[in-house]
Amino acid sequence: MQKFANPTLFLNLANAVLPYLIAITAVLFTLGLYGALVTSPADYQQGETVRIMYVHVPASWIGMFAYGFMAFFSAVALIFRHPLADAAAKTAAPIGAVFCFLALATGSIWGKPMWGTWWVWDARLTSMFILMLLYLGYIAVWQAIEEPFLAAAIARIVALVGSIILPIIKFSVDWWNTLHQPASVFKMGGPAIETRMLAALLTMALAYTALFLTLHLISMRTEIAKRKLRQSRLFEIRGN
Amino acid sequence: MGALKAILWRDLALARQQGGGLGAAFSFILAVVVLVPLAIGPDLVLLQRLAAGMLWLSLLLAVLLTAEQIFQRDLEDGSLELMTMTTVPFELIALVKAIAHWLTVSLPLAVIAPPLGLLLNLDINQLPIFWLSIIVGSLALSLLASLGGAITAGLRRGGLLVSILVLPLYIPVLIFGVSATTMLMGAQSAVPSLLVLLAITLLCLVMVPLACAAALRAYMR
Repeated sequence: MQKFANPTLFLNLANAVLPYLIAITAVLFTLGLYGALVTSPADYQQGETVRIMYVHVPASWIGMFAYGFMAFFSAVALIFRHPLADAAAKTAAPIGAVFCFLALATGSIWGKPMWGTWWVWDARLTSMFILMLLYLGYIAVWQAIEEPFLAAAIARIVALVGSIILPIIKFSVDWWNTLHQPASVFKMGGPAIETRMLAALLTMALAYTALFLTLHLISMRTEIAKRKLRQSRLFEIRGN
Repeated sequence: MGALKAILWRDLALARQQGGGLGAAFSFILAVVVLVPLAIGPDLVLLQRLAAGMLWLSLLLAVLLTAEQIFQRDLEDGSLELMTMTTVPFELIALVKAIAHWLTVSLPLAVIAPPLGLLLNLDINQLPIFWLSIIVGSLALSLLASLGGAITAGLRRGGLLVSILVLPLYIPVLIFGVSATTMLMGAQSAVPSLLVLLAITLLCLVMVPLACAAALRAYMR
């Protein structure tokens, strides 16, 4: 990993991987959406509205995954001082926040026909909302502190402190008896969900993951370019 | 141990001489208690249901108001840097400063909460459990406020950032603090909520000083 501390090497790798990643994302989305909208059956209880699941559930998974990703790279930056780890954590935050927002929005649209309300303050929804706030706080730290090294040092701590929310979200539906349904995919004794539905859902999850990785690589590239720009500007000022 | 005690006495003396924000925080709570009945109407049944939540909310926001000053002044005049040079672990110093904040701001406010609860028609049978929960919770509030204060200690205008950063962490404290009182209303036991609140407080007691010290060190580098 230390080899890719060199931004140029990382950029070369990113540029080589990116076209394939974009292609994979497109293929997975085509397959996943076809499965979700055409081949998978309607739910016996929920009817056609169950199809919202295929955009809602992966969005919340990625919303949480991105925070874990961010916390992981913050820890890597803290422990190994890897120079790109901070950039990786920083660029994951806005993407994760958008997925988190998508999960809340699609959940709200799904909740209206199913529960009869756009929003309830149950454990899962509230904890997801807190996750959204944590993302915003993390982004705010980067924006409030101008000096990049200081901002990185503070942002690491914020990300790691906030990561306590992840297990709370995961187990919120088991700990509290709430309106949101309990886990039906990742649980003891195998998933409790129809096979075609599960296939479509997992394809969509992979598609979302690929999309996240694609967007993340692109914004990593931007971040490195920004750093270079800043460096060369400083150099210009000092040079004269 | 002697050094820690000295820091604690110093902070308490400073708070006594400079006001320490207790006055401002208290008037904030008083304003909420006076304005809530005016805003929602003097319906006693409604007030009784809202009382615990309103008091928790006002305490939480009042503590948040004073979060900025926990470390800022000491960072600016360099005394914090001197404290890092002692043999005492810096994490313990951060903990002592948070405890000084608890003793000077949150604890007094939590202790005087019951009469304010009576003003909002809080059921007299709920008062003991409400009092206990708000005293336990106030320590967690102070610790989390010190975390917000440490993270924004070196910033010119950290106020907004403190609220964004600390509010999500306050939510569990608020939920279990209020539910300890409201559980009693539905004739359920308040003990589980109280124990969870205690657990959160203890967790904060251990984890927050670590994060505080790390953030402050980043500012002093």
